[in-house]
Amino acid sequence: MTDADATPIHRALGLTDTELDDIIEILGREPNRLELSMYSVMWSEHCSYKSSKVHLRRLPTTGEGVLVGPGENAGVMDVGDGIAAAIRIESHNHPSFIEPYQGAATGAGGILRDIFTMGARPIALMDPLRFGPLDDPRSRWVAEGVVSGISGYGNSVGVPTVGGEVVFDECYKGNPLVNVLCLGILPVERLVLAKATGTGNLAVLLGSATGRDGIGGVSVLASAGFEEGSEDKRPAVQVGDPFEEKRLIEACLALLDAGLVVGIQDLGGAGLTCAASETAANGKMGMDFDVSAVPRREDGMEPFEVMTSESQERMLAIVTPDDLPEVLRLCERWEVLATVVGKVTDPDEHGVGMLRIVDGFDGEVLADVPASSLHDAAPVYERPLAEPADRAARQSDAPAAPTAADATEALLGLLYDTTWVSSQYDHQLFLNTVEGPGGDAVVLRLKHPTTGVDTGRGLALTTDGNHRWCAVDPRQGTALTLAESILNLACVGARPMAVVNCLNFGNPEHPEVMWQLSESVDGLSEACLAFGLPVIGGNVSLYNESRGTDIDPTPVIGLLGVVDELTRRPPGVTLAEGDQLLLLGDDLAGPAPSLAGSAQAWAAGSKGGALPAFDPQLHSRVADLVRNLVTGEVLSGVHDASSGGLGVALAELSVRSGVGVDVTGLPGTAHLFAEAPSRVVVAVAADHVDAVLAAAAGAQVPAVALGTAGGDRFALSGPDGTLVEVGVADLTATWRDRLPDALGAGTTQA
Amino acid sequence: MEAVGALGAEAEILWHGDDDLRGVDAVVVPGGFAHGDYLRPGAIARFSPVMGAVVAFAADGGPVVGICNGFQVLTEAGLLPGALQKNRGLKFLCTTVELRVETTASVLSTGAEVGSILRVPINHFEGNYTCSAETLAELQSEDRVVVRYVDNPNGSVDDIAGITNAGRNVVGLMPHPERASSALLGSADGVPLLRSLVDAAAGAAAPT
Repeated sequence: MTDADATPIHRALGLTDTELDDIIEILGREPNRLELSMYSVMWSEHCSYKSSKVHLRRLPTTGEGVLVGPGENAGVMDVGDGIAAAIRIESHNHPSFIEPYQGAATGAGGILRDIFTMGARPIALMDPLRFGPLDDPRSRWVAEGVVSGISGYGNSVGVPTVGGEVVFDECYKGNPLVNVLCLGILPVERLVLAKATGTGNLAVLLGSATGRDGIGGVSVLASAGFEEGSEDKRPAVQVGDPFEEKRLIEACLALLDAGLVVGIQDLGGAGLTCAASETAANGKMGMDFDVSAVPRREDGMEPFEVMTSESQERMLAIVTPDDLPEVLRLCERWEVLATVVGKVTDPDEHGVGMLRIVDGFDGEVLADVPASSLHDAAPVYERPLAEPADRAARQSDAPAAPTAADATEALLGLLYDTTWVSSQYDHQLFLNTVEGPGGDAVVLRLKHPTTGVDTGRGLALTTDGNHRWCAVDPRQGTALTLAESILNLACVGARPMAVVNCLNFGNPEHPEVMWQLSESVDGLSEACLAFGLPVIGGNVSLYNESRGTDIDPTPVIGLLGVVDELTRRPPGVTLAEGDQLLLLGDDLAGPAPSLAGSAQAWAAGSKGGALPAFDPQLHSRVADLVRNLVTGEVLSGVHDASSGGLGVALAELSVRSGVGVDVTGLPGTAHLFAEAPSRVVVAVAADHVDAVLAAAAGAQVPAVALGTAGGDRFALSGPDGTLVEVGVADLTATWRDRLPDALGAGTTQA
Repeated sequence: MEAVGALGAEAEILWHGDDDLRGVDAVVVPGGFAHGDYLRPGAIARFSPVMGAVVAFAADGGPVVGICNGFQVLTEAGLLPGALQKNRGLKFLCTTVELRVETTASVLSTGAEVGSILRVPINHFEGNYTCSAETLAELQSEDRVVVRYVDNPNGSVDDIAGITNAGRNVVGLMPHPERASSALLGSADGVPLLRSLVDAAAGAAAPT
């Protein structure tokens, strides 16, 4: 089959020579073309986690309320009242650079299927997005297309996109990050897992016909970096159909409600190969899979194309022969195509379940491989790690604080409103969204998924990532990211429950990248243990590089929390005329904090230094205090100081409310821009100040009065005189117009 | 369903493929990308079997309200004049806008107050209302503009957010009053509109 002069077929499919040897050993013979294709997609980095597995094992994954941890389609938590929450985060980075609209749209589609595969109704999507700089035309084109894709798919499929992040940085110029998180809820008893059991049971393919889109998406596209000519990979990007997905959601949930499904699996990366082998392997069974029965969009498709296509909006359900007529009837009502494509078979005499791809159930056997070997036998790599050679030099190169004369301009340069993005997302569908995009965290009413009864409680969600912190120190940077998430939830009155993570890193064959990944996992692990939080799911995206340059390490954390009593909206990022401003978590009495990893230092081109100190115990006390103040209805506004530091936090409070501030007593510009953790700005009516300060003292949390809200000036000063002075109107215009000015007038591809 | 349920009415979902209305007293054609809106919003949904029954119900004076995609369906079905084209900014828009109530002479606004300002969400890509000059003159002279935008977000002609038919029993509007039915969710300003509809349904149900 291979031409001696050409690249051997296994290498063209992304398999190494050693991996080919492993396959030959498993099969006891040379694999054929179809079998090679199946191994190449299942053993790809994207599907097998072969480079990251040894590290991910260090994450704590158990805890109170965990119903399903990592390894399934989604993590599942018991959230009380007989309700479970399913949550997952994923990346669609590579397809979104090649084809932004479809890449982002199918990212949303794929993660929705992961959620309803568990028996959950998807209730919210969030999109942490990272693009190259706004002055780069290609990055603007990617950003505009990605946002349109999320908007086009999410709004149409009818699941609200309630928030996320939008970050612009040079390091994402050749490799944007398009992550997507989905939350679903289900009655605890409906929880289903992806497995095929019961000899003679049938595998029914639901949804779209299979086409040539997305062939090898996980191997060719997602598991390699970008080079010149990457646009040629466009056929490896899938195309989405949200209306098909909408019907598929309803049909699958109806099948599950009626108890007609033994097991169910979505078709995502690696398509039918993954769904067939995974359900069989999970059930410790075999499967005969009739490739000729698969409905196709076009003639002449080869079996390897059918088995590895990533055509969207498809599911594989395992049902009993007795239930088949009712399954077909329900699917017909929802206008969802349903076709029997497989039969569950007994394991062979050695107890091995074989996945046989056949051309008709009585026809030729086209492939014959142990189902579990496609998953469990994938190689696990302990790739070499190496601390970057210049690390010590970089750590000693601390950024300098800007002068007071430069502070106003520096602050203005850090502000941008993301409404241009979030107003394109329907964030109100299902009438659950109490706090949508733009706040510190999202709050959703928690209603029972089948009865609709309001529990009087809420679910809270946030996604956070900070590549600057992680570039300076991946271990502490990741810990600080989780810490920020916890504070974000506290600002809306929620207590944290469970973590999911999307680890976006560069090329794992670079030892520095593997070191970053390993450090980041350790930082997350340590922080989870310190805060008593389990990691219930995650995704690893590697090969985020362009022309040999890796992105900054970007672990993105998704944090799920609960609001125990949701009777009114949280105060939000706002001020009222005459409010007193207090800083909790810091009394500004200490030495000037480190600016390392701050947005201001980055903007000034200074990427060295050591991150500010972090005390998890203090952090927990601050989070508890803020949560109590929020739920105690004492505050009129609240915002944590994170990216951009105290200055940006104050500016965002001001522009969101149109109210000026007069803050005095700031020791210097470093206090304004440093991104020290565990700090929250609160706005309170004058007669509540003493009570809040007393509560802080009682909680052993340092606190200090900052100044007053009111008027039309944004003025920050200290012993050195004025640090920042600008009118609220100008401040607001700068903040509000940055994205519309860059993206709003329509963009063209570079 | 939850929003009208909170006002004491009982809602049930009608299947697009059925051709009868099961004796309901009022019909809401809701928002939501029927058939994916791949052609033109509402262009396929107007051919749904249930729409034949809705047209007959409206012709008999039954209260019919189309919200968002439902407004688009009603214009495609010919129950309301004009059409909805893409927003002026060529982007989907999800935000809360201010509406001014222009008339109480419609099934959706009998209980509202003319001139009152309501904060109600909009969530659409094709909400830019347009119609011929003659139709516009007719809508204006016959007091058939139900709600106008205070600050026009999408380019609609004459700031029109919602209109009614000559019989005043059919109303279409792009904003979502049902999404403004709880202070916890940000606004309860849609309640007077929904209550008007529930009252109209109760009136329709009452023996004559």
